[in-house]
Amino acid sequence: MPFMPVKFNLQKRVKLAQGLWMLYWFSVIAGILIFSLGIFFKIELRKRSEMMDNNESHLVPNLLILVGLLACGLNAFGGKVCHDSLDPIKFSKWKPMLKTYLLLCCSFNVLLVLVSLLCFLMQFSVYLTLAEGLSYAIRFYKDTDTPGRCFMKRTLDMTQIEFHCCGNNNFRDWFEVQWISNRYLDMSNDVVKDRVLSNVEGKYLMDSVPFSCCNPGSPRPCIQHHLTNNSAHYDYDHRTEELNIWTRGCLEALFSYYSSLMSSIGVFVLFAIILESVDMAGLKYLSTALETMAEPENPECESEGWLLEKGVKETFSDLLTKLKTLGRTNQVEGGDAPEANT
Amino acid sequence: MALLPVKFDLKKRVKLAQTVWFMYWFAVLAGVLVLSMGLFFKIELRKRSELMDNNESHFLPNLLILMGLIACSINVFGGKVCYDSLDPEKFAKWKPMLKTYLVFCVGFNALLLVTALLCFLMRIPMQFTLAEGLRNGMRYYKDTDTPGRCYMKRTLDLMQIEFHCCGNDNYRDWFEIQWVSNRYLDFSSKEVRDRIGSNVDGQYLMDGVPFSCCNPSSPRPCIQAQMTNNSAHYSYDHYTEDLNVWKRGCRDALLSYYGGMMSTIGALVILVTMLEAGVTVGMQYVHSSLSNLANPEDPESESEGWLLEKTVKETFTDIMDKMKSMGKGSKVEEGEAAVETVS
Repeated sequence: MPFMPVKFNLQKRVKLAQGLWMLYWFSVIAGILIFSLGIFFKIELRKRSEMMDNNESHLVPNLLILVGLLACGLNAFGGKVCHDSLDPIKFSKWKPMLKTYLLLCCSFNVLLVLVSLLCFLMQFSVYLTLAEGLSYAIRFYKDTDTPGRCFMKRTLDMTQIEFHCCGNNNFRDWFEVQWISNRYLDMSNDVVKDRVLSNVEGKYLMDSVPFSCCNPGSPRPCIQHHLTNNSAHYDYDHRTEELNIWTRGCLEALFSYYSSLMSSIGVFVLFAIILESVDMAGLKYLSTALETMAEPENPECESEGWLLEKGVKETFSDLLTKLKTLGRTNQVEGGDAPEANT
Repeated sequence: MALLPVKFDLKKRVKLAQTVWFMYWFAVLAGVLVLSMGLFFKIELRKRSELMDNNESHFLPNLLILMGLIACSINVFGGKVCYDSLDPEKFAKWKPMLKTYLVFCVGFNALLLVTALLCFLMRIPMQFTLAEGLRNGMRYYKDTDTPGRCYMKRTLDLMQIEFHCCGNDNYRDWFEIQWVSNRYLDFSSKEVRDRIGSNVDGQYLMDGVPFSCCNPSSPRPCIQAQMTNNSAHYSYDHYTEDLNVWKRGCRDALLSYYGGMMSTIGALVILVTMLEAGVTVGMQYVHSSLSNLANPEDPESESEGWLLEKTVKETFTDIMDKMKSMGKGSKVEEGEAAVETVS
């Protein structure tokens, strides 16, 4: 008893083939979109790899690029088969490949499910990488003369300006790091010497932040230095002042950006999975409808199409017995070989 | 003697009609492009209208939008006529309108050329608008409590950050105005009172710039205050310090941005004009070749197409004569009316 059989006449078959051909072209476009999303994601990771200590995992974008290319290829082939399906001569050369092709499509769908899952799960890895990378970035902010780190200041400044954030978790992270290079500190000055000595590690710490933390929306000119000292500035209370500098941390800002990007890509891949499944079902119906024509010579005869030749349970038990026989044949061959040797 | 005559048989006429139809669809896309460029330019002007004192001229983007819409509609009409030109019955209903249509197209092409020219010339008024607007913008930087100007600070800061510029001509413009609001100045402090007293207008001037002038590429943390005082900062010489703040003036930066945009739009409009001229010529050939078939009943007969029915000189003298006769006609009518009223 076939699974979900449908009766077809010539008109229905033609309509199915045309509809399926159009659907395959949409799937090719979806494949191209996945490919370009993968490239975009890769570029975005590269742009800020300094913030992530050059340690970020490119697994997800690489997978997306691969999957996009595969999707394009498979769907273009499927579209070609659909286009030729209405001509019995052309279709007969594709017929033997169809079973393998459908199996390939099935495993490709499984791969797509995996990719979509990864898009949601790898966000944790991105969060951890960002947390570590940003803490290093703040530490290396002052090293504008060290090769390999000389652009850290610029990158961090531009990130803070672009993402409207300050520090790792909040602006106080800047109070714990020396972000002014020793080259610009007058070590002969008493104030400087006191500050450096008052610190266990001999660092020049202050309650100030870089200019890139400043919020342009503040009504007053930016207060960067002596942030916690109310008396240093006229009419200033650091506890109630909200608009002076960005209050959000860069970890949160960057993570929300990347997580929304990855979630949107994940949702789009789910949509692509649904599209691919519909394509597979349609192709299965088309191929079975063309195989079971009552009179092969008469193109206008009736035929029947189905999703599975037997019911779901029977197909499953068939598969299991096939796997078991494969295993048993190996064992038998193994048994034969030692006998042949002795 | 026709200008640039070409002999046509049926095959050639069909090919011509198909090519011109294809070109008309490209021309429709070009019209859409001109329309979207006009919209984009209008939006960009609106975004920064605060910096131009809300005084900027929207003449050019409005003209581009209008030209884009007209181009789309006449090209769609032209495409339809070309499509129908191969069917004599359908073509017969378009035929009487074609002469007016072609004259209109020629006029439209001239207008497109004028638009392209304007794109290059409007840079000059823009320079003045920007100079004045930016000067006022900087003056109102501190007025974050005045309704209507409270966002000037944010707009100016964001602009300086985005365009990598500082001040009108350079960063010293900030030294000449008070950009810290009086609300944040402690008037009981002697230092503040001295500074205000030393100034004729009673303004609190200082050799400092806002944070948005800072250059992130500078190797040292940004020096915004006491910029001309070398001793105020360790190892600092304001004459040689290049990377501390942005050196470029915002008028220069904005002008080059808008100037570049207008030049690109002007170049594209010139290309669109050439395309339009091409389709007009093609349509004239289609029209003339279908108008004088050797044997009107036989669609496969030979015909001749031309650009102008007579030579350029003769066509010109014809037009002049027509205009003179129109002028004489109205004079004669006036004379007759006068005679009638008198008698």
